[in-house]
Formats: sequence, C-alpha cells, structure tokens
Amino acid sequence: MTPLLGLFWCELRLSLRQGGDLGLVLGFFVLAVLMFPFGVGPEPELLGRTAAGIIWVAALLASVLSLDRLFASDYADGGLDLIALSPAPLELVVLAKGAAHWVTTGLPLALISPVLAILVDLDPGAIPVLTLGLLIGTPALSLLGAIAAALTLGARRPGVLVTLLVLPLYLPPLIFGTGAVEAVLAAEGARAHLLLLGAVTLAALPLAPIAAAAALRQALD
Amino acid sequence: MLTRLANPARFMRVSGVVLPWLGGASAGVLGLGLVWSLLLAPPDYQQGESVRIMFVHVPSAIMAEGVYYLIAVASAVALVWRHPLADIAAQAAAPLGAGFTAVCLATGSLWGRPMWGAWWVWDARLTSVLVLFFLYLGYIALVNAFDDASRGARAGALLALVGIVDLPIIKFSVDWWNTLHQPASILRAGGPTIDISLLLPLLVMAAGFGLLFLWMLLLRMRTALNERKARALSLYGPAAARDEESAAPLPEARPV
Repeated sequence: MTPLLGLFWCELRLSLRQGGDLGLVLGFFVLAVLMFPFGVGPEPELLGRTAAGIIWVAALLASVLSLDRLFASDYADGGLDLIALSPAPLELVVLAKGAAHWVTTGLPLALISPVLAILVDLDPGAIPVLTLGLLIGTPALSLLGAIAAALTLGARRPGVLVTLLVLPLYLPPLIFGTGAVEAVLAAEGARAHLLLLGAVTLAALPLAPIAAAAALRQALD
Repeated sequence: MLTRLANPARFMRVSGVVLPWLGGASAGVLGLGLVWSLLLAPPDYQQGESVRIMFVHVPSAIMAEGVYYLIAVASAVALVWRHPLADIAAQAAAPLGAGFTAVCLATGSLWGRPMWGAWWVWDARLTSVLVLFFLYLGYIALVNAFDDASRGARAGALLALVGIVDLPIIKFSVDWWNTLHQPASILRAGGPTIDISLLLPLLVMAAGFGLLFLWMLLLRMRTALNERKARALSLYGPAAARDEESAAPLPEARPV
C-alpha cells in the first residue's frame, strides 16, 4: 500500500507544484461557463433552466482537457516503464493516479461550482444537489478518462483522439448529474438520479482500472 | 471449423470460392426484397407510403448494432488468442458498421419528418444510435492513430470491449433521459405487432443486408490480407511473402 500512497502524494505534489496545472483547469472551467451567458443571452429564466447542463458540460470538458496529465509525461520520460516494473499491480497504480487526478480536477471543480451556479442564475435550492452530484460523478470522469488516456499513449494527435473516445463514455454521468438538478427544479426528489450517478461511479471504480491497466500494458510492450 | 478457417492461407482459398456466390446471393435477395417492399407490399393504414422507409431503416439498425457485437467478439478473440485474422475482421467490419449506422440515422431522419414533424428529435433510441455512431468513429480513429499497426489493433480491441460494456449503460441512461420512439415491435413477448404482409418483406430485406455485409466483410478482409502480403513483399522480398502464406504471425510492417 505504501508505494501506492507514495505515488498518489507524488502525483499530487507534481500537479500542485508545477503551478498553473490546477489553476489552468479551474480557469478553463470558469471561462467555459462564463461564455454561455454571452452565447445564449442574459435572461435569468433561460440561464437558470440551462445552468446545470452548462456547468456539467464545462466540467466534462475541463476533465478531458487535463487527462493528458495522467500518463503522457510518465510515458514520454520512461517513468511509466519503471512504475510498471514495480511490484505494485498496475490496476492499483491506475487507481492511485486516477485518485490524484480527481483530487486536482473533479474535487476543486465541484467545490467552486456553487459560485458559478450563482453566476448562471441556478435556483439556490438546487445548488447543493449540483455540487453533491459533481462530487459523486466526477470520480467516474477521472476513471473513464484514464482508460482513454492509456489507450492513446503514443498515438498521433492524442488530444483530439481522447476527446473523441471519452465524450460518449461521459454521457451517463452527464445525464444523471443534470437529471438530479432538473428533478429538484421540478420539485421531485433527486435521490434516484444521485443513486444512479453513484452506481456509475461504483461500477467504474473496479472496471476502469482493469481496462486502463490492460491498455497501459499493451502500450508498454 | 472456425479454427481451421482461421489459417490465413486457407481463409484466402475458401473465401475466394465463397465470395462470388455470396455477392450473387446478396444481390438476388436484396433485389427481391426491394421489389417486394417498395412495389408489392401494401401501404400502412396509418403511415401510408412512408412506411416503406422502414424496409431500409430497420435492417440497417439491426446491422448497426450487430456489427458492433461482432467487432467486440472478434476483438476478444484477438486479445486472447492473438490471432491476426480476428484483428483484420474487426478492423474490416468497423467502417461497414459505421456505414450502416449512418444509413440508419439518415433514413430515420427522413422518416421522422413526415411522422413526427421533425428531422431530428432528442429521443432515446435516436440518441443511442448517434452515440453508437461516435463509438464506431472513435474505434476507427484509434486503430489508425498509431505508426505501429499492431499497437493500433490492440488498442482498438480494448476500446471495443470497453464500448460493449458501456453500451448498455449508455442505452439505459439515455432511455431514462427521454423516450418518444415506438417500443420494439418485432422481437417482443406475445408475437410481433407488425402485420405479416409488411413483416415478410422486412425479413427478406434484413437477410439481404446481412448477406451484403458478409460479402463486403470478406472482400475487405481479403483486401487487407493482400495489402499485408504486398507490403511484406516490397519490404522483405519473396521469402517473407511465402512465410506469410503459412500460418506464422504476420511480420509487423511499418508504412513505407
């Protein structure tokens, strides 16, 4: 367990220390959300209806944007070969790296989402559900993204390719996450949506590392 | 029997014999199906003549889903047994499946205009087919994204397996999200709800689409094998090409 914790802290320190990495993702998230009022107009009713969708889509894109950080630099400098040689199972390595990715993207995105929700006129009563949904759903984004990031190691134009591979996989979290907010706005319970969102994350938790580790192995062959 | 055919040289011999028959059969069945469904079958009592779009729409939808399953099975075989023919089959099938999906989306859109009054609605089944289309595109893009063809094949195979696990989840979530499309009317408990005069030409068309797919798949697989042989010839000379004839794993040729 210790080497995995070490890897987790190392990843965390790297992304915090290289300064900007975390800030860039958050900056992208905020700017992407702020583009929408200019695009669709400033009417509060319209913005309020679309707010959950805007924030979720921006979170998906911000998450995709930071996926190259997961394995690409380790792959380029050969560090990934050494990690694969270590006794720690590659599946748990993926899990540790995915957790570090979530702590530096999904978690901060969820934490600043209430501020953005106010900016795009989401009904204040629905803000806790939005943030809770992001907290539950963004781990799935990091895990599913790890599969695509591992598959595209060494490919030509990996950035575009990752987007093409991963966005269809992000559809279920998006649907349940925005569905939860819609349900609150319609004065129904958000419980069912949040439970399904949790189910997606829990299913991705064991399955995605297996797939991503298989992808890493064939990339390192 | 499949393992015997899996020898590339034997595959080339057998498929060379089967190919013209398959082409003729698909032309015959499709011709019969088209005449029957477009000219002879009665118009629907509610939908009128526009129901004839169904005879292209439904078979292409069946093929769109079926081909993805085939790619997933071939990918699993390729990953487990490392058999080159399975890779070639999966890669040869992908553009065909994407084509069927595109036909399904296009005809669905043309049918939706008179029936629902809109070219496109964000209905659950339309949306899942659209997602399926993007899964195909992602697979094709990933397979072709590597300089080393075998890396592309293995990455693509893994992606196909991830897709097949995720497809039911996507489908469920999209169903949850919105539903307007009519529920399944052929395969359901209590027998089909579609009248026999429309069902028979539909089944003939489905068989024709299946034969057409098999014919194109074999043709594409033979082309891919010939291409590899030609590349091996140009790179390593006749000896390597003879090796390729035997069942030995194909040498990894880089693009020249």
